[in-house]
Formats: sequence, C-alpha cells, structure tokens
Amino acid sequence: MTLAAFAVLLAATVAAYALNRMAAARIIAGGGRLHSLESFHGGFAALVVGLPVLVLLIVWLLAQGPVIDRMVMNGLPPGVLDGMDGGQRQLVLTEISSVARGQVFGEPEEWKLAAAERMVRLQGTSSLMMLAAAAILALGLLFYARSTVSAEFRARQGFERIVNGLMIFCALVAVFTTAGIVLALIFESIQFFRMVPVHEFLFGTRWEPQIAIRADQVAGQGAFGWVPVILGTVVVMVIALVVAVPIGLLTAIYLNEFASKRFRGWVKPVLEVLAGVPTIVYGFFAILVVAPAVRSLGASLGIDVSPTTALVAGVVMAIMLIPFISSFADDALTAVPRSLRDGSLALGATRGETMMKVMFPAAIPGIVGGVLLAISRAIGETMIVVLAAGIIAQMTINPLDSVTTVTVQIITLLIGDTEFDNPKTLAAFALGLMLFLVTLAINILALRIVRKYRELYD
Amino acid sequence: MTDIIPGTLIGRPIEAASVRKRRRGEMWLKAFGLVAIGLALSMLIVLILSLVSSGYKAFTQTHVTLTVPISAERVDPEDIAGSSWRGVMKDAAAATLPDASKEELKVFDDLISDGAKQIVQARVTADPALIGQTLTVDVPVSDPFDQLNKGLIDRATPEENRRLNDAEIALFDRLDEAGLVRQKANWTLVTQADSRFPELAGLKGALIGSFYTLGICFLLAFPIGIGAAIYLEEFAPRNRFSDFIEVNINNLAAVPSVVFGLLALAVFINWFGLPRSAPFVGGLTLALMVMPTIIIATRAALKAVPPSIREAALGVGASRQQVVFQHVLPLAMPGILTGTIIGMAHALGETAPLLLIGMNAFITAAPATPFDSATTLPTQIYIWADSPERGFVSRTSAAILVLLGFLVVMNGLAIYLRNRFERRW
Repeated sequence: MTLAAFAVLLAATVAAYALNRMAAARIIAGGGRLHSLESFHGGFAALVVGLPVLVLLIVWLLAQGPVIDRMVMNGLPPGVLDGMDGGQRQLVLTEISSVARGQVFGEPEEWKLAAAERMVRLQGTSSLMMLAAAAILALGLLFYARSTVSAEFRARQGFERIVNGLMIFCALVAVFTTAGIVLALIFESIQFFRMVPVHEFLFGTRWEPQIAIRADQVAGQGAFGWVPVILGTVVVMVIALVVAVPIGLLTAIYLNEFASKRFRGWVKPVLEVLAGVPTIVYGFFAILVVAPAVRSLGASLGIDVSPTTALVAGVVMAIMLIPFISSFADDALTAVPRSLRDGSLALGATRGETMMKVMFPAAIPGIVGGVLLAISRAIGETMIVVLAAGIIAQMTINPLDSVTTVTVQIITLLIGDTEFDNPKTLAAFALGLMLFLVTLAINILALRIVRKYRELYD
Repeated sequence: MTDIIPGTLIGRPIEAASVRKRRRGEMWLKAFGLVAIGLALSMLIVLILSLVSSGYKAFTQTHVTLTVPISAERVDPEDIAGSSWRGVMKDAAAATLPDASKEELKVFDDLISDGAKQIVQARVTADPALIGQTLTVDVPVSDPFDQLNKGLIDRATPEENRRLNDAEIALFDRLDEAGLVRQKANWTLVTQADSRFPELAGLKGALIGSFYTLGICFLLAFPIGIGAAIYLEEFAPRNRFSDFIEVNINNLAAVPSVVFGLLALAVFINWFGLPRSAPFVGGLTLALMVMPTIIIATRAALKAVPPSIREAALGVGASRQQVVFQHVLPLAMPGILTGTIIGMAHALGETAPLLLIGMNAFITAAPATPFDSATTLPTQIYIWADSPERGFVSRTSAAILVLLGFLVVMNGLAIYLRNRFERRW
C-alpha cells in the first residue's frame, strides 16, 4: 500500500510535468509567445504537485505508528491496564504488535488477540486513507498546476523560487541536525538528572551503573559519579598524545624540510592510509596483536598486566592520530612565510636550526590547533577503546590498569536493554551531553587558534 | 684590507668544533625524523601483515567427503523437510566409516559441522530423484577440527589442555589418511549470513546490510549536501544567518560519531518509532554524519570553477540558477564525486553509531528490504571480534580484509576520478 502511494506520487509528478509542458507547447504552436520556456512550465507543475504529496506521505508514515498505538491502547477493555507502570504498558503494546505481525508466542489473553486484530484493521484503514489522501491531493494540485499555464505566466520565476526554497531547506538540515543533537541530549539528560542529582554525577567518584532493570535481576544499587570515567578517558588520551605528538611532529618536520620530493610524494599518501583505516580495525588489531604483546612483555619483566589496559588503547589510538597530527603540522609549517626561512638560512643558520628556531616557533599556533583537534578526536574515539579498554570504572592513573572511557560507557549502557525510563540508559545521554560539550569547546578553541594564526600571515 | 688567512672568516678563526656541533645537531634532527617515519610506516606494515596472516586462513575451510545413502525408508518424497535427517546422517557416518566403533561414530558426529544436515537436505530437496541413491558430498568440519587441520592446535600440548582429545585427533587423522579430508575455498564466507558456528558463518547479511545502509546514506546525503553547498556558495547573502549555518556545518564535521548514534536512538527510534537495527535508520544516521564532508568538498569544487564560465553564461542570458545547474555544477562534478566517495568510504567503516541503533543484532538471514533487521560489515566485525570461539578470530580478520578491500577500491576510484577528470584552470 505504501508502495502504491509512492507510485501515485511518481505518476502524478510525471503527469504534471508532461501535461503542462504539452499545454505550453500548444500555446506556442498556436502562435503565442510564452514568457517562460515550456520546460519551466513542466518543471513548475512537477514541483507544485510532487512536493506537497511527498511531504504528506512522509508525515503520514511517521505519524501513523504512534497514533495507531495510542488508539489500540485506549481501546483496550477497561481495567486490564490497572496498576501497570509505563514499562509494563510498553511490554503489553510490544506483545500486541508482535501478535499483529503474526508472531504469536505462547497463549496470549483474549483481549490481547482482540487488540491485535484491531491494530491490523487500523493499519489497513490507515494505509488506505493515506493512498486516498495522496491521490486526492495529487489530483487537486494537478488541476491547479494545469490552470496556471498561460502565455504571461512567469513559470521560470515560480520554478526558481521553489528550487531556491529547497536549497535553503538543504542548508538548514545541518542546523536541524545540531538542534536535534542538542535537544535530544538535553531532554534525556534532564530526565536523568531528575533521578540522579547533578552534583552526584559531576563529583561522584563511583561509577557502577549496572542496576536492576527488571525485578528479577540481581545487581548493585548503582552509582553515577562520572569522575572515574572521565579520568580513564584522560589517561587514554594522554597516552595517545604522548606517543602520537612527537612521532607526528618529527614526521612533519622531516617531510617538510629534509625529504626529497619523491620521498615525500611516496610517504605522505602511505601515512594517510593510516588515517583512512576504520577504527574498528584498530580495535581488533589492539586485541589481536598489541594486547598479547604487552602482556607477554609484562610477564617477561615480572609485571602483572591486565588483559585490557589503558596503555594498549592509548598506543593503538596514537597510530590513528599520527597522520592527523603530522598533516596538520605539515600544513602549519608550509604556511610559514618563505621570507622567514630564507632570511634565517641567509644568516648562516643550518636547515636544522632554521627549522627548530624559526619555522617551528612560527608554526606553533597552527600546530597547537592541530593537537587540540587530535585531543577532541581521542576523547570522542569509540571503537578502539570499546574493544581494547575495560568496562569497569576505576580511579587510577596507572597505564597498566584497566580503565574505562566515556564512549565505552555510552556503548555498553545502550547495547541490550534500552528502555528510556531508567537511569542506566539515561546516564548514557548525560555522558553524551558532556562528551558533546567538551569536544565542541575544544573544536571551537582549535578552529579559532588556527584561523587567527592564518590571518596573521596572509 | 685584511689579509686572507686560510681557516678564518673575516679575520676570525672558524670555530671548527662549534660548526661540527651544529652539523651534528642537524643530523640528529634528520635521524629522529626518519625514525619517526619508520615507526609510523612499520605500524602500518605490522597492522596489515598481522591481519593478512590471521585472516587468510579463513578463506579456506576444511571439508570431509561424506558418503550419504539416501534410503527411501528415511526420506519421504512427499515430505522431504519432515523426514528423518538425523537418521540419514547416522547412515552417512556408518557408510563413510564402515568399520567404526560406536565411540568413533559419536566422535564423527562432533567432527562434521552442524550444517552438514542442511547441506544434504538442500541437495535432496533440489533433486528428489536422489532418494534411493547414494550421494557423495563435501561437508565442512566443525571449528576445532578446522583449526587442527590449519595447524592452529598444537598436537604436542598435553591432552588435558588441548581443545581436542587424542581420540578425536586419531579419528581425524584416519579420515585424512583415507583421503577424505579436503581443504577447499570457503565460499560460505560470502554466500551465507551469520551463524553461531564459525564454519557456517558468512558475511552475506553484512554485505547486503552495508549495501542498503550506504545506498540510503548516499540517496539522502548526496542531493541534500549538494543543495546546501550550492546555496551557501552561490546564492546565500553574506549575512549572520549564512554565517550561522556555516559555523554549524563546520562544528558538525567534528562531532564524535557516537553522538550521532545517540541522536538516532533518541529521535529516530524513540520519538519517531522507526524500526531498530534497520539499514534505513543506519543510512539516515550516516547521512547526517557525512553531509558536512560532502558540503565542504562540493563548496571547494564549486569555488574552483573560474568566474569566466559564470560570466559567459550570464552574458548570453541564462538565469543565475541556469548558470549554476547547467554550467558550473557539471564542471564541478568530478570534485564533488571525489569528495562524496571519500565520505562514503568513511561511512562504510563507521561502527559506533550503528551499534547504538542496534545493528549488532545476531541475525542469520540476509535482509530483504532496508527495513529488516540487519548488520553491516563493521558491526559484523564487532560481533565476531567479541565472540569467544577461536574460529571467529581468523574470520574477523578475513572480514576486515574484505572491508579494507572495499575501502581501497573506493579510494582508488576517487583518486582515478580526480586525476582523470579534474581540470586545472
């Protein structure tokens, strides 16, 4: 039925184009002079018919599920839902819809079967109504569009106004996305902070989110202090930067100043491959190769190393960050005016001295911007730490201990049970909000530093 | 006029030691730089070598040649699916190992994969004339025996620490001597979907899921991204509102991917009630994520088209939109496509947001539509990487090699497009 509705949409759009174009062509054949080309008459009609019908279909499809759910739940026999909380009602609804899809498990009560039947009926009615509404709207618009064709009608202006509106809408999608992220995170976080006080979240030093969701589960009381989680994130990030920054900077310095053109043209793309490898691959590499290597190295030194360590996660993350930092530093060094370099060389400084005492200090702002962006990447990086770092939050800065990070917690909290009415799930959104704010602040700072510095030399 | 004395500069002696020190300093800097590059490159080499050395083993699978008598008593031609296939497999064990003891037959039952029954059943279903005849068919062995054949289980380990006991190894060796063991290309890896048993698990579901996800992502992100870029680059008035949109896009490009997953979970799944684990939702999420990349690439490509083209078109009477859509956009297309392909390659490897919308479910059938539950290549890799069975280690590496293969092809295509079609003005 949905397919049929979209077929109506397509047919109406094509018909609108063809009809108006032919009508316009007839005016020309009759010796008239059109204001706009025939194709603009056709295009205008296609947009006038196609867009409203498309919007109608999308809104209908999005709205029909929740509306039908509500109607079914309200139509249940009185009394059966008494004493149920939100989660149990949700479960009843899930069962009814799975019965309605034809998946019957066990022997549902009579009223559930009746409700499922009602749901199937309502769904059928809804799709029929959607098809009818789409067809009526399309017909009406077809007639309207056809009536616009005349020699004086400014079809091109109409068409271009609509296209312009469409392009503005496209540009606004980015704004909607940001708004959606902020609203979703804040909305769910407010719910979380209703259950867990803000100060407990911000300053608590225990993170034990494994609480019971159903009554029959055995679990702890739950504690939501994010300090150990952010500490773990910082530990992993610092390890990653300690490894990646020197390697990245030295690479950039060599490639920028000393490397031959051929060497540079060969090494740079190869390094960029490291940046293109998906992070899940790095994560698997960490548990396949790096973690066992670190463990056996630790064993040979007589140190007990846990299977998931901050060190492994940090080092593997560093591999990912090296090309990022080196290409940023390379750009910053290239942006330093040539006159500075030539001046230094002319005064008799070696190329090494020029690099370390003139070029590098001049490029520092750009490099700092790059390192800041690398920090924000390291904080937001997910799959490496999900596989290579631990799940248990500990207050430790020992790189050989298992630590957890903000992103790991978001993933582990949201895989499996996701009911939106318990602090365990909502905690992930609070963490997500913090992650979003921190990375946003770092990004804005970094972009500002980079931009300011660019203006300085341009 | 000072006399020119060798070994001096403007009358002062060159401090030979100091120059040597400065030269040494430069040498050290160069050496450190080379070491850093060497380290970075060696990491790449180690990464690829370890994946290849662990992954290539999953491209073959150990099979055993079974002799299967399909007796008419066991299999009812009227009701093939309901027939006693366990009984058929028992007959097959007895026929393959004619003089085996009861214990050996039991071990043999563990040796062949659980999927063997389905393979035989499928053969007979396809050709009912086989009933009453004897069928010879290669079936996969179960994972531990596959590992043994590939040398991943050390026969020298004491029996109690080994995953296979002496009796099991003895039986396998007996089959091997009889010439029944065969190492064949593992087509299961691409023709089957996920399974609990490593020897039966494949990537078909993940490949189709990734295809749908990327398809939806492309259909949304490509037109919307180009539309936004054209508006911002060609039509937007320079005012606060345009600046606001630009800042938004730049910031969006740097938001951690997991945050897009949270957005999708809260908005698409919880508020709009779209289905969990569906490639449609995955594509929607990834589209939002790669849109900034496409917008930025498109703007750069539009900017590279020289103003003379625009002026010429305007001069012969084209409207501003006609100029952009009929002249500037086609010329900018190679650059736009290059950026889009790179964005798509990025989306193909993205895992975290897809995990949050439930695309890590255990699904044994390939999705038929973008609204069915599915996995994608990276989430399948995540599932396998988390599985305890040894056989999944090499399969994870193999899946990664498949994923990297796709990425190489996509990036190669982008480079080809750039070199072949991009014009320098």
